[in-house]
Amino acid sequence: MTFLPVWEFPINQESKQFWDAAAQNVLLLPRCSDCGFTIFYPRSICPECRSRNLSWIQMSGKGEVYSYTVTRRTSGRFRSHVPFVIAYVQLDEGPRMLTNVVDCDPNNVSIGMRVEVMFESQDEGKAIPRFKPSQ
Amino acid sequence: MTIRGIAHIAGIFEHPGRELPNLTLAQIHAEVAEGALKDAGLTFGDVDAYYSAGDAPGFGALSMADYLGLDCINIDDTETGGSSYLVHVQHAAQAIAAGHIHVALITLAGNPRTGGASPGGSANVSGAPEQSFESLFGLAVPAGYALAAKRHMYEFGTTSEQLAEIKVAASNHAQHNPEAFLRDVVTIEEVLESPLISDPLHRLDCCVITDGGGALVVVSTEVARSLNRETVKVLGSGTAIKHSDAGRIDLTYTGAVKTGKAAFEEASLDPKDVDYVSIYDSFTITVLISLEDLGFCPKGHGGRFVSEGALCAKTGRLPFNTDGGGLCNNHPGNRGGMTKVIEAVRQLRGEAHPKVQVENCGVALAHGTGGSLALRMGSATLLLGREEV
Repeated sequence: MTFLPVWEFPINQESKQFWDAAAQNVLLLPRCSDCGFTIFYPRSICPECRSRNLSWIQMSGKGEVYSYTVTRRTSGRFRSHVPFVIAYVQLDEGPRMLTNVVDCDPNNVSIGMRVEVMFESQDEGKAIPRFKPSQ
Repeated sequence: MTIRGIAHIAGIFEHPGRELPNLTLAQIHAEVAEGALKDAGLTFGDVDAYYSAGDAPGFGALSMADYLGLDCINIDDTETGGSSYLVHVQHAAQAIAAGHIHVALITLAGNPRTGGASPGGSANVSGAPEQSFESLFGLAVPAGYALAAKRHMYEFGTTSEQLAEIKVAASNHAQHNPEAFLRDVVTIEEVLESPLISDPLHRLDCCVITDGGGALVVVSTEVARSLNRETVKVLGSGTAIKHSDAGRIDLTYTGAVKTGKAAFEEASLDPKDVDYVSIYDSFTITVLISLEDLGFCPKGHGGRFVSEGALCAKTGRLPFNTDGGGLCNNHPGNRGGMTKVIEAVRQLRGEAHPKVQVENCGVALAHGTGGSLALRMGSATLLLGREEV
């Protein structure tokens, strides 16, 4: 349990499958069936070859920290949740995604650290993909 | 088509205010427009092109042209965050080179200090396709730059002390600027002892948040020759974007890799020809990475390059941001590109403060970075020179 704030966030026809899968604790990303490129963030066109021939692929949910920062002062919704970690996690399948690293002491996070996805369940059946240190 | 030597900056104005609770955005735009035209020796009636960015209220340049009563044949609302105004100079130069216009007015105004805007954020991401995938994780503006700084440290051994050198140099310059928001000289230790905002960036690694604005007047050679004011020549320009590349983002470089190359090529100059640089300093790391990408030192050597006061006027090898920059002087509307061009023009005219004026400043570089190092950015570089260069 991480207790980072969330709020009503928009889901549209391009991202619905991502969020539906997240609610089932599955990390899905689109992969181009023509050029093989795995895409983050999800969209309906391949930014590599402009194909619309995309498939939703289940990610392993494993990866490593590409970069991170411990936010210690901020404003808005996260103000009372410091310190917390924002990171780019490079998935084993390739893409780097923005996320939080949770369930650990922020001071113990490092670049190259192995992490795995976890889903923080929200109201209305939504879940947010964040990452925690691999066991 | 080249713009080399075809366009000239004839007027500049930096609003002296840093807290302007009693002025509307339109009033600030009007005051800086008036100031820059007066500096050039021109009037609103001479303006045939008007450029503004996302800070212009309402319908952008259209609303402001209406408010000011401008009769323009050319308007441009190009929005790349804080670098917008350098892009506008390029676009003005291109329109002048094409023979379309003679006098372009570019304005910036903002009031994030007293207007209640949240620190740093001015882009409206509502409806953007990336919105849900970036906003959920608490990424404030400093954190984005911290992600870049952390990776730079990891790959190249850059240190917090080296980043602090950039703030120290800026503060040394700001002490001579009576209008600077922060005028106290700080030490490396004071930067490192200031509170961490987002590791590894401390409070003193971050720019100030100020109200204010600025304006530029860009003119054709024909108009420049008719003026009694010293003008400076646009020698070269480069604009580019860099984005998250659908999950392949590399945080160690910026769009300056492209803009510097383009600007130097157009100007037929090298980094060693540059006497003074204005580098957008939203955060100390922005300066360090930009200097590498612009070619002042190899990739990864930025930390060493800025060390030992290298960026200080009079004593350093590459004087930068002699007005105190966004780190100390002014960051109107969270958009630092405008003031970068203004101080570069002051240096070339010999009108910087005597304590920071570069001797025989013939060529200056101004560089802007808008957006975020961690997501997507618009970069822009201008090479400017004295008329005889």
